Amino acid sequence: MKSAVFEYALAGSLDEAVELLAQHGPEAKVLAGGQSLVPMMAMRLARPSWLVNVNEIAALKGCAPGTGEASGCWVTGAGLRQVDAERHAGLAAGVPLIAQGLRWVGHVQTKNRGTVGGSLVHADPSAELPLVARVLDAGLVLRRRAGSRVVAAAQFFDAPFVTAVEPDECLAEIRWPVWTGGRIGSAFEEVSIRHGDYAIVAACAQVALDEQGRCLRAVLGVGGASGTPIAVEPVASALAGTRLDESDIEAAAAAVGGHLDPTGDVHASVEYRLHLARVLCARVLRAARDRALRA
Amino acid sequence: MNEPTRRITVTVNGTEHEREVPVRLSLVDFLRETLRLTGTHVGCEHGICGACSVLLDGDPVRSCLMFAVQADGHAVTTVEGLCAAEGRMSVLQDSFCEAHGLQCGYCTPGMLVASHALLDKNPSPTAQQVREAISGNLCRCTGYQQIVDAVLLAASRRSGAAN
Amino acid sequence: MAEKTSPYGFRYIGAKRRTKEDPRFVTGRGRYAADVQLHGMLHVAIVASPYPSARIRSIDAQAARAAPGVHYVLTGEELCSQIDSLYIGVDAPKVKRYPLARDVVRYAGEWVVAVVAETRAQAEDAAELVEVDYESLPCVVDPEEAIRPDAVQVHPDHGGNVLFHRRFVWGEVDEAFARAQHRLSFRARWGRSATVPIETFVALAQWDAGNEIMDVWASIQMPKFPEQLARALRMPANAMRVHFDVDVGGSYGVKRGIKHTLLVCWLARRLGRPVRFLEDRLENMRGGDMHGPDRIFDMQVAFDGDGIVRAWKIRALDDVGAYAGRSPLQLGKPVSAICGPYRIPAVEYEPISVMTHKTPQEAVRGFGQSPTNFAMECTMDRVARFLGMDRVELRRRNLIRHDEFPYRIPSGTTYDSGDYHAVLDKALAAADYPALLERREAARRAGRLAGIGVSTCLEPSGGNSSFEPLFNPKNETTTWMDSCLVRVDLNGTITGVMGTSSSGQGHQTLVSTVLGEIFERDPSGIRVVHADSLNALPSNSPVGSRMAIMLGGAAAGAARRIRDNLMAIAAHNLGVAASDLEYRNGDISVAGQPDRLLTWDQLVEIAHRKYHCMPPGMEPGLQAQFVWEVPTGGTLPTADGQVQMYPCYSFEVHVVYVEIDPDTGKPDLQRYVVGHDCGVMINPDIVHGMTCGGVAHGVGAALYEKFSFSDEGQLLAGTFMDYLIPSSLEVPAIDIVDHCTPSPLTTFGQKGSGEAGYLGGPAGIACAINDALAPVGAAIAQTPMSHLALWSLIQAPRDAGQRAA
Repeated sequence: MKSAVFEYALAGSLDEAVELLAQHGPEAKVLAGGQSLVPMMAMRLARPSWLVNVNEIAALKGCAPGTGEASGCWVTGAGLRQVDAERHAGLAAGVPLIAQGLRWVGHVQTKNRGTVGGSLVHADPSAELPLVARVLDAGLVLRRRAGSRVVAAAQFFDAPFVTAVEPDECLAEIRWPVWTGGRIGSAFEEVSIRHGDYAIVAACAQVALDEQGRCLRAVLGVGGASGTPIAVEPVASALAGTRLDESDIEAAAAAVGGHLDPTGDVHASVEYRLHLARVLCARVLRAARDRALRA
Repeated sequence: MNEPTRRITVTVNGTEHEREVPVRLSLVDFLRETLRLTGTHVGCEHGICGACSVLLDGDPVRSCLMFAVQADGHAVTTVEGLCAAEGRMSVLQDSFCEAHGLQCGYCTPGMLVASHALLDKNPSPTAQQVREAISGNLCRCTGYQQIVDAVLLAASRRSGAAN
Repeated sequence: MAEKTSPYGFRYIGAKRRTKEDPRFVTGRGRYAADVQLHGMLHVAIVASPYPSARIRSIDAQAARAAPGVHYVLTGEELCSQIDSLYIGVDAPKVKRYPLARDVVRYAGEWVVAVVAETRAQAEDAAELVEVDYESLPCVVDPEEAIRPDAVQVHPDHGGNVLFHRRFVWGEVDEAFARAQHRLSFRARWGRSATVPIETFVALAQWDAGNEIMDVWASIQMPKFPEQLARALRMPANAMRVHFDVDVGGSYGVKRGIKHTLLVCWLARRLGRPVRFLEDRLENMRGGDMHGPDRIFDMQVAFDGDGIVRAWKIRALDDVGAYAGRSPLQLGKPVSAICGPYRIPAVEYEPISVMTHKTPQEAVRGFGQSPTNFAMECTMDRVARFLGMDRVELRRRNLIRHDEFPYRIPSGTTYDSGDYHAVLDKALAAADYPALLERREAARRAGRLAGIGVSTCLEPSGGNSSFEPLFNPKNETTTWMDSCLVRVDLNGTITGVMGTSSSGQGHQTLVSTVLGEIFERDPSGIRVVHADSLNALPSNSPVGSRMAIMLGGAAAGAARRIRDNLMAIAAHNLGVAASDLEYRNGDISVAGQPDRLLTWDQLVEIAHRKYHCMPPGMEPGLQAQFVWEVPTGGTLPTADGQVQMYPCYSFEVHVVYVEIDPDTGKPDLQRYVVGHDCGVMINPDIVHGMTCGGVAHGVGAALYEKFSFSDEGQLLAGTFMDYLIPSSLEVPAIDIVDHCTPSPLTTFGQKGSGEAGYLGGPAGIACAINDALAPVGAAIAQTPMSHLALWSLIQAPRDAGQRAA
């Protein structure tokens, strides 16, 4: 399990990284945390001709409230280590779903290396951070030599392991919307066979309630049950105006399956995944509501 | 394609090593085959078993999931570097012996690295926190029980020494 | 943690003592096969078959041979013509097996070509350039299909896929079935899993042309390994020097590595360079030939209304995969405990070993006993459920009583000793069984699925390999000896020499403790070394939970011979009879006259230097060897298949509390207690550690681990992403309560414990899961009891209920 031969460049800055990507063309790949890419290279399932190491670029490791066009968001650098995102008190206050999702990710060794952006660009359909980004509709800032563009998470995930990132682009930062107004609660839950495994199915929700406990706004999403993380927008928006009582939640959870397209494997059948999606959606809605009521 | 190489400088267990290495050489192969520090073990080479855990700038990482070139300019600590002064066993290592927190010894370096990092951040963990800290390290001999015992013993000994 | 002093009245045996081995491992100073790095060493990578069944039309290795760093590309065609087929445990000479396939491949992952290069990475690069032209052939994957006469044949020359099939009837089985008040039958399915050590197989060979010796460093645990290598390589066995002093990174049965080592030996001789094959995890999982038993049990049981089991019939169909080494014999070990710990007077056993186009099976911890125990314990629980009887009470009524030992079972084996009821009581007390029952009821009232399992299982130990003649009439093996050489040198220090490698069992600790006990000298000063195979006395390696019994017994025997010599020297020099002497801490004095004394140092000095002070005729120096035959060994099976197999029987009780999330099928093991009796424990920390490890392995086999195959014969669990080894968060905290019923057959009363925890674990977990499923009317008798399987069972009756409503 040794990687095939490749060429290697250490990027000292984001400009240098995108310059290298432009130079070396579609066979070049960004090496961030490497926790998914490197094993794929060891199995020779991935064989980039060039690796551009972005780990030494300090500018990619930021974590701060956004300003300018990013105001109203928390902005994390794509190269922020997952462990640093999980432990960041400000980020946890502004976008609690990130830490709630990261609690389920891998193990301490992989979170010490794995990056927030790397997980998004890898786009495993059952991974936690892509689901959070999709549900919150985070903005993903892609840099290339000619400039940058912002892609909404809703347009970012195309298929399993396929994203909107062009070969000459590098994910630079992620803008995570911070909710304001009302009492806000969120929750993330998943079923994996062992702790730290990719989810069989994951679900997360965030709700805002008014003073009377009425739902102002809700988002709900499911991972592991389609080729990409799914935000079940029609289901979530139908919750606005309800009190999120048990029948509201059960109805929402029951409606989720119609938006999913799971596949079966030895660990989970299609029916099992659909069932888990329903169970987990109900659980995260309940937990998010209860947290909001305590907020 | 010819084998691309780079000259790197890595500080391992406090000693600086400068070597020309193939860029595709993994960090664990660099430690084991190039530097002959065979205390770190290879178990799966795809980032699941944790046998290859080392400290990179103080934090535990899987050395099979890094290329040696990525460690250029960084500090790596392996199990050999966890020993106390004059090559004596650290309290943690000694506690693994006292509780017999190992059998074949193959996962042990990774377990020591993971639990060393835990005790650095949390000097008095609960049994559950120990289990979480070593959950990325698979062991087929011990059922983990005596490893958890060993780490808790080390924690209590270290806090006793501090008092 | 263990007592500081021995609870058995010994000086060192049974006391809390640190092991000899741990310090080198915790400081990174272990020396595993992969740590041996020889100058000029070359590396091997494998080209494996993507097809489960295919003809090899041609192999084009031209591009690979021209690739950078490549030294050799070896095909099966070249290799197989120069070596002999590997050993097979049953009488099936046409089932030929070589390290590389020739003409035909019989499983996906089978080795086809070996590439040798300067680095492993280069070998992998070149392996990708080897072009093999295959003609895909039909395959057989389902063992029940494979036993049909018209099935696709894995080895057509053998004639059918069945390697071994026999129906043993011990006692009046049909009569018992006819007379019993009740009969039950069901099917249990044991899924294919294995021990999967964290170290893969590693083999390094160097041909010493000057001495004409092949030096081998390999991560192995295998009986008669050097001889098998030599035979296959057509070399004299005394040209094979296997270095047993490498640390082995876990085995639990599977580290056989014979084909790996054969390959590097051949290459090392051919190339004149040291050659290493460090199997990677992908090669290991599908081509390492280390999958475990894969069984269908058809169980029938006859019993009366009082819960007494009158007889049972066990049909076990075992899928060994595409080739057979010792694996069919894994159906043989259960003969040694075919009625479990129960007084069942009549048993029918029909083992069938069948080949399919899958990765071959190898010995796994317990050698087929854990699956059998699982099937037996599922049977006992079904009997209890049928009768509405408490499962613990049912067991109490059927367990062999303490006063009935030694106890002869229908298949001809005599159990040495046991106190099963006492161990059961202790385990239930340690688990606070009444409180567990309350906890279960509270959980059920709250709408959760909760269950308690209690399994009572045997661990046969100290094997004599009697299943070899039982399963192969051409094999007359009746000894499975082990041995130890002990030396006291001129300076008075003691060295024990053993002739096999260790994979975590702590044999250096074992031997030093035993030697310390006999010599009354501190074990910490006693050295224990692993000889190489040319310097070693015979050993059958640490298989079958045997080393505490066999190596421990051999070490004691050798030490006693030296002690007898010391007594004779003292008697000669003090002018009294040996019977008038007292031995204390190595010094010898005349009884009642403590100043008429010869110290250890003086005695050693006499033996090594002062021949004029030696008793006439005694060999100078202080050394002795002892080769020990397995107690009770030495006889062949009778015509009806009765045989004394293992000498010693350890016993374990597992008390397991589980809750299953009814909405997700996720099981959570919340309480785990083991009651364990392996006689006298030589080092309690080692025994407890192995027991916990066995439980963890049992948790994996019961709930998580499976080498799944597709219907097309492709392995679906070829990485650690799919083959799910439990972590510290899946394995629960484990409490062990000890009991000691000494074996009358062994030196100190010890029994084996290397398979402890695993032999009753899956059974106990299955009992707990079934108890949890009982309120929804579901039952399961398969491993692994996966989330999906549990959820499907929980869901099925509910759907039915909803439909009914």
